[in-house]
Amino acid sequence: MHNVYLAIVLAPLIGAIAAGLFGRQIGRIGAHTVTILGVALSCLLSLVVFQHHVIGEAEVYNAMVYTWMVSDGIRFEIGFLIDNLTALMMLVVTFVSLMVHVYTIGYMHDDPGYQRFFSYISLFTFSMLMLVMSNNFMQLFFGWEAVGVVSYLLIGFWFKRPTAIYANMKAFLVNRVGDFGFVLGIGAILLHTGSLDYWEVFGQAEGMARETIGILPGAEWSLLTVACILLFVGAMGKSAQVPLHVWLPDSMEGPTPISALIHAATMVTAGIFMVARMSPLFEYSEAALSFVLIIGALTAFFMGLVGIVQNDIKRVVAYSTLSQLGYMTVALGASAYAAGIFHLMTHAFFKALLFLAAGSVIIAMHHEQDIRRMGGLRKYMPITYGVSLVGSLALIGFPGFSGFFSKDGIIEAVHASQIPGAGFAYLLVLLGVFVTAFYSFRMFFLVFHGEERFRHVQHDDAHGHDAHHGHGHEPHESPWVVTLPLILLAIPSVLAGYWVGPILFGGFFDGVIFVLPEHDVLGKLGADYHGIGGYIAHGLMAPPFWLAMAGLGAAWYIYMKNPAIAARAHERFGKLYELLDHKYWFDEIYAAVFARGSVKLGSTLWRFGDALFIDDILVNGTAKTVGRLAQWARHSQTGYLYHYAFAMIIGLLVLITAFVF
Amino acid sequence: MITLSHYLVLGAILFSLSVAGVFLNRKNAIVLLMCVELMLLAVNMNFIAFSHYSGDPAGQVFVFFILTVAAAEAAIGLAILVLLFRNRRTINVQDLDEMKG
Amino acid sequence: MSFPIPDLVPAIPEMFVLAMACTILVVDLFLKDDRRDVTYGLTQFTLFGALVLTWIVHVPEARVTFSGSFIADPLSDTLKSFIYVIAAGVFLYSRPYLKERGLFKGEYYVLGLFAVLGMLVMVSAYSFVTLYLGLELLSLCLYALVAFDRDSGRASEAAMKYFILGALASGMLLYGMSFLYGLSGSLEIPVVAEYLIANAGQFSVPLTFALVFVVVGLAFKLGAVPFHMWVPDVYHGAPTPVTLLIGSAPKIAGFAIIMRLLADGLGAMHADWQGMLVLLAVLSLAVGNLIAIAQTNIKRMLAYSTISHVGFLLLGILAGTQEGYAAALFYTVTYAIMAMGGFGMIILLSRQGFEAENLDDFKGLNERNPWLAFMMLLLMFSMAGVPPTVGFYAKLMVLQAVVQIGMTWLAVYAVIFSIVGAFYYLRVVKLMYFDKPADEPLPVRGLDVTVVMSVNGLLMVVLGIFPGILMSIAALAVGP
Repeated sequence: MHNVYLAIVLAPLIGAIAAGLFGRQIGRIGAHTVTILGVALSCLLSLVVFQHHVIGEAEVYNAMVYTWMVSDGIRFEIGFLIDNLTALMMLVVTFVSLMVHVYTIGYMHDDPGYQRFFSYISLFTFSMLMLVMSNNFMQLFFGWEAVGVVSYLLIGFWFKRPTAIYANMKAFLVNRVGDFGFVLGIGAILLHTGSLDYWEVFGQAEGMARETIGILPGAEWSLLTVACILLFVGAMGKSAQVPLHVWLPDSMEGPTPISALIHAATMVTAGIFMVARMSPLFEYSEAALSFVLIIGALTAFFMGLVGIVQNDIKRVVAYSTLSQLGYMTVALGASAYAAGIFHLMTHAFFKALLFLAAGSVIIAMHHEQDIRRMGGLRKYMPITYGVSLVGSLALIGFPGFSGFFSKDGIIEAVHASQIPGAGFAYLLVLLGVFVTAFYSFRMFFLVFHGEERFRHVQHDDAHGHDAHHGHGHEPHESPWVVTLPLILLAIPSVLAGYWVGPILFGGFFDGVIFVLPEHDVLGKLGADYHGIGGYIAHGLMAPPFWLAMAGLGAAWYIYMKNPAIAARAHERFGKLYELLDHKYWFDEIYAAVFARGSVKLGSTLWRFGDALFIDDILVNGTAKTVGRLAQWARHSQTGYLYHYAFAMIIGLLVLITAFVF
Repeated sequence: MITLSHYLVLGAILFSLSVAGVFLNRKNAIVLLMCVELMLLAVNMNFIAFSHYSGDPAGQVFVFFILTVAAAEAAIGLAILVLLFRNRRTINVQDLDEMKG
Repeated sequence: MSFPIPDLVPAIPEMFVLAMACTILVVDLFLKDDRRDVTYGLTQFTLFGALVLTWIVHVPEARVTFSGSFIADPLSDTLKSFIYVIAAGVFLYSRPYLKERGLFKGEYYVLGLFAVLGMLVMVSAYSFVTLYLGLELLSLCLYALVAFDRDSGRASEAAMKYFILGALASGMLLYGMSFLYGLSGSLEIPVVAEYLIANAGQFSVPLTFALVFVVVGLAFKLGAVPFHMWVPDVYHGAPTPVTLLIGSAPKIAGFAIIMRLLADGLGAMHADWQGMLVLLAVLSLAVGNLIAIAQTNIKRMLAYSTISHVGFLLLGILAGTQEGYAAALFYTVTYAIMAMGGFGMIILLSRQGFEAENLDDFKGLNERNPWLAFMMLLLMFSMAGVPPTVGFYAKLMVLQAVVQIGMTWLAVYAVIFSIVGAFYYLRVVKLMYFDKPADEPLPVRGLDVTVVMSVNGLLMVVLGIFPGILMSIAALAVGP
């Protein structure tokens, strides 16, 4: 299998290199053929791996591929750890990536950066695979940074738009904060264990839990708690958890396929994956779990609320992603890692579906993204309509759709959890269900039902360049390269949920994810699990279902039946609306405190510290001294042959006197 | 009786002379070529002396090789000298300082 | 008197190169100027053929022939292979340059091949005679090549300096050898080694005296301070293709004779020559890196950078351990590849009547040709030792070897000076990426040159990420 694993990783890389370096030579068709072939091969082989490990129940594979260097006994290696978790992630990543590759042919087909785009997304697939298949922290970090880099490149793909550049910058800066924590976390682990290998580190987890370090004088903290929280800070950056979430909505400046692949299905879930992978560490630190739980719950509820007031179709989906990531994080905090990963998988399918469907709508609307200017698209775009309905039902957790199984599992797990903060989290995730249903169907109704508002705004010349083909053309269904991936994604969006039994309760992750007996909420739930039918029946009676229905109904009533309510509510709750519209003023606070504050601090430090001390004395001073020394030393090279010979003789004599006598 | 050390001292004197010649001479480049030849002869003197007193002929064989190489070296050295004169109209060692620093 | 015929098989590659060089010399006489590409093709064929032959006759164990004066072992075969490949690259880079300046003559190739033959003999030398003959064959060819551009005053000045100083160094080396011969009674390196081992612990003054002369001779060939004075002037004055040749492959041959003479032959005196090499390395690192900063001519700058790299190379050797030798071999090979790329880039950017040898000629290269600029960036990063390029790894290996023998201060010293050195490499990068270009157009280069340059540049990263391949070759060549 060793070569299969290698091939899975390398195929997209080769595609990326071919399309990136030789894009001009191989042309557009060449570029998409080679990258799609690469990713398709990866996807196919991932299926083989999945078959081998999950169905064939093969041994966990953990081997080193290549040692980059050994320094002070610490090995820097590339290696693969393939178990059920990895196999599942590989399948999700390669499948969604393949769908997005195909979809891109349609979505980007008049973009001048066509080859570049394909190269980037293939490169992303490679990096993401390196991340999930890693068996050590160094490779994890490499993958972590590499997916980050590609994501910045892609957010700023349309680098002529200032907003794209701004979003790009923001994503970069916010992720730096997260990565700083992540590196410190890895450092803390390395410090104690002296190894970067997962298994070696996991083996010493208990020891780390007992060791303490004093960060502030007088306060001794468990080393493991510190390390875990630092690692989780990295996850907060990558998986956009409050308060490091601000970059994700802005990242919607990138092309839609990217939003689907990177900012919904795969990269942003890297943090979730990482915490699940590190379960042997997190389990020993209740404080860290509690922290994870509360951050997740806050994200799940409050980000969902913001989704209600958004009018940009992609931003609604983006806030819903934030909220769903919160759900996954909550699951991790409640030690229901399997439920988190399960939701990660179902979410990857239905959220990619929703994003791509949104992209399909955007194409039909000639790059109009405001849902207030849409409406009644159902009859023009039947396929997009159908798959959007599937995606939305899955998202709100309608019984029978995949989201139902995974989200229900999470909510039940939180309910059963005894960790400090679990009660608070339970309340928030429960309310979140209502919010999710409300914003999802608000968007759904506004886009596909009701009045065809786009006809009134064609004259609006905010999009003047579209005017000439906006007039006579009715919106129409997208080409097959767009709809085919939609349909292919709709299938797992429904069916993936039926796997709930084995994944949550059937020991799918035995030996991969480690849960202490006292935290084992899924085990408790598993005792009551008696097949799919009972699970659905139970779901129909549980509060989440009724909350979801209430949200759906409220959306229908407010936006379809009686739109006047929306306007009245807007007036009545002006303050609240403003709060949500400004996304709790996170951006403004950051801009005021961190951006301006650091600029001020920076300029002060610069004037005294840098300009005076470092520049004049240290840097310039040293450089000047070295420069002067160099100017002086070069005079020794006089150009005269006899001086050269003389230097040799002197050298000879010095050696003789020093070593012979 | 002439002993090995007499030869070695002679070799050392010749060698020192030639080395001194290389860096004391600032005028004629041909003198440099002569110094180089002299240096090789000093080495040859050493080899022959050692070879003779130890009764091993290999050293004398080496001397033949050195002589041959010295001839080739002289040829190339003179060729470079001719070239130098053609380009610069001088073979004064002091004038060879276009490149420095 | 009967004459036993020696076992010729181990020397087949050398004989092939010799025969082909003579053939090319004659064939070239009958070629018109516009058919000179035949000479070039034959030269490349020779190198390729020699490479193949080397590995056909290769056996894992060492074979000694010609009455104990010639050895073929894994070290020699590995080093020879690198010499062929680098020489082929040198000839390839040089062709357009020579054509544009009317220097595209058979002599360049014939002398080049004889120089290669000299290096091969050096690599396989197992007695003082062969070592000296190989060294002189190489040196004489290089003297002639430096003066190859007959109308250039600078070139003849450089040749004169190189010739006189080179002869002086050869004389010193020979003088040292004569004492070793006199004391041990043999010209063969293993016999000398046995003699030294037998007398270990009580070396007489003449022995140390001889050692100093030998070390001086070797140090000159490598260009270690204070025997480095020829390096900048020769690199600067010689036509760039010749600089390319001098700066790359002979370093490998130089490493080989150090291995044969110091490590194998005088290994018992390690404690004595270690101190000398420490002194040379310390001076080389300082002088090379410092003076390079003050240079405006990139050929001179690279010359001083060579001197500093020699300092690093000596660090590996003076460790005297297998790891040290392997690290030094690794360093030498990667340096030869880097130097080939660096000087090759100067050739690529030069055109008729214009030498891109000033630092200012690299200004704004990124705007004019981003790919070449990127390759130069990789080469400069590698020379400076920026990870993940191979230069970083090479330095790391050498430093590790030094630390292992307990000379941490020396490692720290080397690191400080490589930081100083990074300044002038990065200055080239800054010029290429942040300065406004001059308006002069870039010459159009053939596909072969571009491809080889790309391989050359990318190799810096590839070897940096996968240093294991080259490292295991180095470890294998140096022996257990």
